[in-house]
Amino acid sequence: MIFSVDLLIEAVAFGILLGGFYAAVSLGLSVAFGLLDIPHVAHPAVLVLGAYGAYLLGTYGFDPIVAGLMLTPLFFALGAAFYRVYHFTFESRGDSAAVNGLAFFFGIVFIIEVLLVIFFGVDQRSAEAPYIGGSFVMGDMRLPYRLLVAFAVAIVLAAALSAYLSRTFYGRAIKAVGQDESALRLMGANPVKVKQLAFGIATGVNALAGAVLLIMAPVEPTMDRMYIGRTFCVVVLAGLGSMSGTIVAGLILGITESIVLMFFGTAWAPAVAFTLLLIMLAVRPQGLFGR
Amino acid sequence: MRYWTACLVIVLGMSALAFSGINNYFFFAGFVVLQAVVLATAWNILGGYAGYVNFGVPAFFGAGAYMALFLHLALDAPLIVQILGAALLTGIIGLLVGLLTVRLRGIFFSIATVALIFIFETLVVNSRYLGGATGLQLTQPDAIFFDNYQRGLVVLMTVMAVIAVSLARYIQESHIGRGLRAVRDSEEAAECSGVPTLKLKLLACTVSCALLGAAGAPMPMYLSYIEPASTFNLLYAISALAMPIIGGMSHWIGPVIGALIIASLQQIVTVTISSELSVLVVGVLLVVFVVAAPDGIVGLVKRWKTSSK
Repeated sequence: MIFSVDLLIEAVAFGILLGGFYAAVSLGLSVAFGLLDIPHVAHPAVLVLGAYGAYLLGTYGFDPIVAGLMLTPLFFALGAAFYRVYHFTFESRGDSAAVNGLAFFFGIVFIIEVLLVIFFGVDQRSAEAPYIGGSFVMGDMRLPYRLLVAFAVAIVLAAALSAYLSRTFYGRAIKAVGQDESALRLMGANPVKVKQLAFGIATGVNALAGAVLLIMAPVEPTMDRMYIGRTFCVVVLAGLGSMSGTIVAGLILGITESIVLMFFGTAWAPAVAFTLLLIMLAVRPQGLFGR
Repeated sequence: MRYWTACLVIVLGMSALAFSGINNYFFFAGFVVLQAVVLATAWNILGGYAGYVNFGVPAFFGAGAYMALFLHLALDAPLIVQILGAALLTGIIGLLVGLLTVRLRGIFFSIATVALIFIFETLVVNSRYLGGATGLQLTQPDAIFFDNYQRGLVVLMTVMAVIAVSLARYIQESHIGRGLRAVRDSEEAAECSGVPTLKLKLLACTVSCALLGAAGAPMPMYLSYIEPASTFNLLYAISALAMPIIGGMSHWIGPVIGALIIASLQQIVTVTISSELSVLVVGVLLVVFVVAAPDGIVGLVKRWKTSSK
């Protein structure tokens, strides 16, 4: 292990950009699990599905980000429809559905994985865009453009979601359903409709996040497994349902992972997110910015 | 009494088959199916009785397998010591994870168990002594009693399956099972009625995880090879969870039925079509059952019996 200040600065700079990316892929889960309390373990699988969607549109010449934006309405509709099924089969059945609900999402994970293997094969797929491959050079530091793009998308997405949730009528309704569902019902609103909208948004955001995933690195069908740890780590670290907290938590994970990567080697990197998650569950399960 | 006679018949029958000249593939498939019975039964002690979903079956299974490997390499310990050592280690890990997360909501327990898979895999990949990422080749000891070492292991797995099912049956029928069911239905109500909820949950977690580890222990010797990627494969997690849910979680026979059906089906689909498709079959069956028949095959049979009366 060679330690130097220059390397540390580079690791932190890289980590900040990586952290923005981790925040981007976690925003959907922050809404679905953080606000709506849905144990959405299939979130990373949907993310990879979004990445493959962007790849497929890419073969017709679309830029990944444009492809992600094109997929967003489709994913929104899918997510909203999916929530209806989930609600009427599990949530409305009552508390004994907890085991079945979790098992349901876990089953969905494997169905998505296998369908991707069947349609695309196990080979890695990557996108082409002018900003993939090049780097922004500043002195001795090289920052890949793809990381800068991912970071920019993350900030824009988080800001937009945060503004939507706190400024608009429907956004506030989503926040309210996360806080007290029965109070919302007493106010004359239908919590199922609000949650359906919110789950649709969470899934739609995931399409764009999937496109970012494709920009960051080549994708393969079982890639979602690594992101179970990363996304849940970010959401738990952030404290359930906080959008700005999600960015900070993403940065913490990104910087930690980047430092481990640089000083201990890639072989240790997969365990970073999961270890951070376990520590967090033991020490402060309500998260850094939890209520 | 009838139960114990059935157990004895199964063990003796399996031993008799091991002496006979049946094709070795039958024993390979038999080992996998019996292992599935142990995994599904072990999972159900915590998942079915207490309602805590363990996604990390490969973590405990793999930790058991690698503990057995360690005992073999370091002490040249006999297989039975390896199995007990593996059960002890994963039981302690289970207790610790339980202490960490059982107080929180169920989803956190599930996510913590997923975390263990990746943490253990990373530890093994970075440990040269345990073979690292490439794995280790092992030589099977000479066969004792049976003319083929693998056949002996199949009989051993039969005994382990009987022990696991008997343990699950005991837990279900004793005060432990009643307490756990109360926890699953309403934790507050159980606590108020004087059920020691935390103690029972930790007990279930420890027993369940110890059995999962024990199931993994004969694996390195059975394959005479071990490597991390296939040992910590997430597919063990979906199978161990799908089998009890499809069979029915409320009764000890449920996971056994589920394991026999699903593991046999998986073997058939893998051999005749492809391993991807066998995963798809399990995934689809799981989703169909949780949506349409949440009480599993046991529940369907019960409903059919009451409606036909």
